[in-house]
Amino acid sequence: MATLTTEKSSHPTPRASGRPVPGLIFGDLWEYDPAPETADPKLKARYDLFIGGKFVAPASGKYFDSINPGNEKKLADIAHANAADVDAAYRAALQAYDGAWGKMAGRDRAKYIYRIARLLQDRAREFAVAETMDGGKPIKESRDFDVPMAAAHFFYHAGWADKLDYVAPGRRAAPLGVVGQVIPWNFPLLMLAWKIAPALAMGNCVVIKPAETTSITALKLAEIFQDAGLPPGVVNIVTGFGDTGAAVMTHPIAAKVAFTGSTEVGKIIMRSLAGTEKKMTMELGGKAANIVFDDAPLDQAVEGIVNGIFFNQGHVCCAGSRLLVQESVAADVLAKLKHRIEVLRVGDPLDKNTDVGAINSKEQLATIQRLVASGVKEGATLFQSPCKLPVRGYYFRPTIFSNVSMSHRIAREEIFGPVLSVLTFRTLEEAVEKANNTAYGLSAGVWTDKGSRILKLSTELKAGVVWANTFNKFDPASPFGGYKESGFGREGGRQGLFDYCKLA
Amino acid sequence: MTRLTITKTPKVYVGGAFIRSESARTFPLRDAAGNFFANIPQCTRKDLRNAVEAAAKAGPGWAKRTPYNRGQIIYRLAEMLEARKADMADALRLGAAATSPRNGKARGRARPLSKSAAAREITATIDRLIHYAGWADKYEQVLGNVNPVASPHFNFTVTEPMGIIGLLAPEEAPLLALVSLIAPAITAGNTVVALASTAQPYPAILLGEMLATSDLPGGVVNLLTGFRKELVPTFATHTHLRAIAGVASAEERKQLKLAAADSVKRVKLTPAEEPVDWFSDKVEGVYEIRAHVEFKTIWHPIGA
Repeated sequence: MATLTTEKSSHPTPRASGRPVPGLIFGDLWEYDPAPETADPKLKARYDLFIGGKFVAPASGKYFDSINPGNEKKLADIAHANAADVDAAYRAALQAYDGAWGKMAGRDRAKYIYRIARLLQDRAREFAVAETMDGGKPIKESRDFDVPMAAAHFFYHAGWADKLDYVAPGRRAAPLGVVGQVIPWNFPLLMLAWKIAPALAMGNCVVIKPAETTSITALKLAEIFQDAGLPPGVVNIVTGFGDTGAAVMTHPIAAKVAFTGSTEVGKIIMRSLAGTEKKMTMELGGKAANIVFDDAPLDQAVEGIVNGIFFNQGHVCCAGSRLLVQESVAADVLAKLKHRIEVLRVGDPLDKNTDVGAINSKEQLATIQRLVASGVKEGATLFQSPCKLPVRGYYFRPTIFSNVSMSHRIAREEIFGPVLSVLTFRTLEEAVEKANNTAYGLSAGVWTDKGSRILKLSTELKAGVVWANTFNKFDPASPFGGYKESGFGREGGRQGLFDYCKLA
Repeated sequence: MTRLTITKTPKVYVGGAFIRSESARTFPLRDAAGNFFANIPQCTRKDLRNAVEAAAKAGPGWAKRTPYNRGQIIYRLAEMLEARKADMADALRLGAAATSPRNGKARGRARPLSKSAAAREITATIDRLIHYAGWADKYEQVLGNVNPVASPHFNFTVTEPMGIIGLLAPEEAPLLALVSLIAPAITAGNTVVALASTAQPYPAILLGEMLATSDLPGGVVNLLTGFRKELVPTFATHTHLRAIAGVASAEERKQLKLAAADSVKRVKLTPAEEPVDWFSDKVEGVYEIRAHVEFKTIWHPIGA
């Protein structure tokens, strides 16, 4: 839009030194010194199962390696639980439900959950380092987001434990019994908190399985359960692979199962439970549209786009992986984005300056590489940050695809990595049509200066979370969950409690 | 000389029109005494797909109606039923037709409903509609929230309709149960495709006529008559149905849940083997509406 004021370039003016103009003023002026976080993660050499309040060896005696994806070094042995271990976990949970936990007054239940929150806060840095070593996420994210948010989830839900009468006005809410939960590797501790905290607040007992690549913080949290004096069996943690997860989901004692993970596995679980009356909640994949209108504050939007897709290496189910930018500002936004990702610091997850850490596993790296290759093959234009990558560990350059069409695999399939597909639109209707043209419906973003347009889009977008002029924000008080094939049920807030109770 | 009466051709109400099955198939309905009463459309998978298409067309418009307007329309439906109580009583008193819900074959004897039992079912149905009419502009305030997040954002959670919902009515309470399933779904702004009781389809035929005169836009409620065995598999697999609700046998529940996984359909089924008291106020209310909505949470920064 033409204005009377002189347009200011976002680029700095050339300097007298004759130095070439950097894309961003801080882009190439100096090298960063390493700034490793050195707190002790207090890891054990071997992690057993946590059943009935005790650490117990797996029935099979089998263990598997947990690898630090940042340097491919082994961190610890993790127990591989089989069906017998899972059964023992359910029996311990049922005993706790029929016993101490089930009979406990809500206000006492609350106190235990508060204790967990507080003890986790006490050991926050230790947990952050462990989380980063085990999963590959940058220490600034585990330190400033994952761990404090996990503690916040326990603190928030603790307060609900004696307020069940306010969950569903007009009806009495009662716990379901024992719930089975399977969580993914992208936010290991946080997902654990998302699943356990509301379940306990509502009076249920839990059998939970962390992902095989990220079991350590779950078992560290078990130490906190012991320190908090949580009655044995209230939370049981079984580690292992898909076979362990299947045993957790299909166990006859489970009154309800909750799963966070891929849509593909979610569907397998739904089918495996088709003949049962188990309650289910599914938090599955996404392919979120992040929509930028021409009136949006573009620099702010670029920060939001970067946060939307490169947060946690793009291992985020609600990542803004499809950028829909209005045609009139597309070139401008793309140029700004390219400059911006060039200065993202990719590397050692434990370095406090790192923006993008390690890809969680070799397998996930291969998946990302495969989908990026398909993007190139199908004719999209690839741009990757020229940054140096560490020699060891699993890393992937921040990647932007432009000239993407709706039919490309990179515009339809969840990549779960630091890969952004850029599409354009001309009208609001086209933006909505493209945003909703997906089997998923977890989240969406809108960037515009116009309030009425935000409200219009937030109504039209078929997604469970809509971020307007922001992205990837989370809070225990804020319900999270998807439309369509992104799953059903909500986690967080009052709405999330419904999925852990029955109405009498 | 007595006048020879004009008998009515039963047609199902789909997309705001009264239609026969595209297959031109029917099944005979007999009255309690076993005499032929009428031929009922035996709807097919194609009829179901057409109904889903009609529901899809009506969906956005219905969802955008104001809650006040939706409430008035549902109230109007209750008015229509109140005015035609006598007709509906006759329909209910035809009794359970001596046909099997699975394949339409004759079986056993029909049980006629007493006059008072028919009247009781009708008044309960009218009251149920009035109950939901009142919820239309209130459930959002009970189910939604402003969320006190720990950052400078305005964060709120609202409900939205799921879309098109497939409903399977039980064999019993052919009017009350059917309306108890439809009412919460449409109160929340969804559109529905409902399969009526096979044994007692005639109340659904009459209900269609009342829907047509109630200001409800065509396609919001689509009623099918026919055989469960023929139609349940398509209810299960049709990917445009975002949810399946109603009453189903153990075998049907498994079939519906298996296929629901393919498109992550929401499933809320009551076991047919457990008797439901459709007259109880336990089966109505805001939590029935809640089962038919999605929750959407919106974030916006707070700043100058």
